[in-house]
Amino acid sequence: MNVMDNRATSAMLYLDGVHVSFDGFHAINNLSLTLAPGEMRAIIGPNGAGKTTMMDIITGKTKPDEGTVLFDGVTDLTRLDETRIAELGIGRKFQKPTVFESQTVQDNLLLALNVDHSVKGTLFWRGSKAESERIDKVLETIRLTDARNRLAGSLSHGQKQWLEIGMLLAQDPKLLLVDEPVAGMTDVETHLTAELLKEINKTHTVMVVEHDMTFVRELGVKVTCLHEGTVLAEGTIDQVSSNERVIEVYLGR
Amino acid sequence: MTPHMLTRSLDRGATIFIAVVAACGILIPLSNLLLPAGSFLQVPTYLVALWGKYVCYAILALAIDLIWGYCGILSLGHGAFFALGGYAMGMYLMRQIGTRGVYGNPILPDFMVFLNYSKLPWYWYGFDMFWFAALMVLVVPGLLAFCFGWLAFRSRVTGVYLSIITQAMTYALLLAFFRNDFGFGGNNGLTDFKDILGFNVQAEGTRAALFALSCLALIAGFLICRAIVSSKLGKVLIAVRDAESRTRFLGYRVESYKLFVFTVSACMAGVAGALYVPQVGIINPSEFAPGNSIEAVIWVAVGGRGTLVGAALGAVVVNYAKTFFTSGMLAPYWLFMLGALFILVTLLLPKGIVGTFNAWWDSSEEKRTAATLASAAAEDGVTEPKMAE
Repeated sequence: MNVMDNRATSAMLYLDGVHVSFDGFHAINNLSLTLAPGEMRAIIGPNGAGKTTMMDIITGKTKPDEGTVLFDGVTDLTRLDETRIAELGIGRKFQKPTVFESQTVQDNLLLALNVDHSVKGTLFWRGSKAESERIDKVLETIRLTDARNRLAGSLSHGQKQWLEIGMLLAQDPKLLLVDEPVAGMTDVETHLTAELLKEINKTHTVMVVEHDMTFVRELGVKVTCLHEGTVLAEGTIDQVSSNERVIEVYLGR
Repeated sequence: MTPHMLTRSLDRGATIFIAVVAACGILIPLSNLLLPAGSFLQVPTYLVALWGKYVCYAILALAIDLIWGYCGILSLGHGAFFALGGYAMGMYLMRQIGTRGVYGNPILPDFMVFLNYSKLPWYWYGFDMFWFAALMVLVVPGLLAFCFGWLAFRSRVTGVYLSIITQAMTYALLLAFFRNDFGFGGNNGLTDFKDILGFNVQAEGTRAALFALSCLALIAGFLICRAIVSSKLGKVLIAVRDAESRTRFLGYRVESYKLFVFTVSACMAGVAGALYVPQVGIINPSEFAPGNSIEAVIWVAVGGRGTLVGAALGAVVVNYAKTFFTSGMLAPYWLFMLGALFILVTLLLPKGIVGTFNAWWDSSEEKRTAATLASAAAEDGVTEPKMAE
């Protein structure tokens, strides 16, 4: 027996039989889902399907009523809070771009770097060459090198989305949860974002929630369709989009 | 803290501020003591005491700006920490009276004799020693803030709810300190002080020294706040202020940051109170009044939230106005004017005096830079391409 075999599963993320209800409304209903290490998965589903609630559960914002949520095969995420989960290596990009508007682009990335996050560590922090090199590299990846000293609040919507993805890169998590990265983007920006996510996926496990089917198609990864808090269909984009039940929930009964 | 941290990023505004406070701290006491009384440039003793009071208020305002301006914690009970620091100093001053009190009891302060205390309550032990009292000036407000903050921030009490419970905290202390059997002089508080470290508190020299010390404390407090907000921790505080849950998802323990800065702020407020008491000569439960804490928040709003210099300036400006208006015919209307001031600042100067000035300065600086660039370009015979907005 291998030492590593105390892992309950080889999956990066493992959800089994998860239930959450808010005041009697079943937001998540017997949801089971696994993500292999290094995988990129697209999550689609109509409004209210439970996509964002699922992310809330994984990142510790919402506690499930029942069910198992395992990260990296060993860690039970339902017992931990947001900070601890972030420290473990799960990064999240919100639906609405959430950057620190009154701080510069560079400082936003500096805050996101996965270095010492303790009060003492930040109070006596002094920048290092390695840190500024990492920031430079991220700035280049998200094409914001020229805007590094601008306030994040003055960026365009698409740039804010990228900055937030850049913050995820600086955080360098094992698993990235990306909620609607191309909402409100132009076609060119959408295309560039797909390229960016594919690039990120070379070194990270990624879960993307998105409505934009062109974008999901461009990602070319396995798709999971959620409906009423449970998995309705799973497979390639073509399989899922030709599934009759998927068509039914999207077009209405 | 290393000297490097204290001097880092002292911009022009900060340097001017320190220079002005230092100049006041040196020149005002010197003018009071050395120039003949009644001469044009001599600062009368009553003014030294009055301005000393303003400087203490400025320290309190700095403490509030540190948590409100940078971390978004609106404490409407900071007067409590100020008053607790004041009481700690007042207890030391009471024990210094000794046999010179009305009842001449060498151990018990007058009010205890009057209320038939047979012996000194245990929590008055040690206050005959200055070092112990000085330590308590920091420890008592700091400890209360730590316990209060630990409970509140861990339970994620934020925004208006936090403000309300800080009001409740200061009000509860007000009621407690009003009680005669609480052991702090009840309604009358602590007064009739004789000396501090062997110097007569009424003497001109002592008053001048206290004023200079208050200025020194203001500079020290400013440097500490400055070091905090210009460190990476300061960036985290602003991140918490602007997007708390985002900060949490980046892996920062938000409650620890809030707790740290809240405790530091309470200690500063305590020091302000401790310097205030010997200069005004009394501390009583009315210092805990919720209105006082709210007024202190108004100083910060008027001066400019999140600017530090503005907070100190706001405290001095509003209190100067208060002294001016409450001593004349307009006295009955002061509270209306204070309310009007708050509304006007909120509507017309939402960034406060210093914040508005900074915004104006930055934009005119930008224009000047642009003009220099344009003229340089014109000299080179290059026309600037029109920037598309």
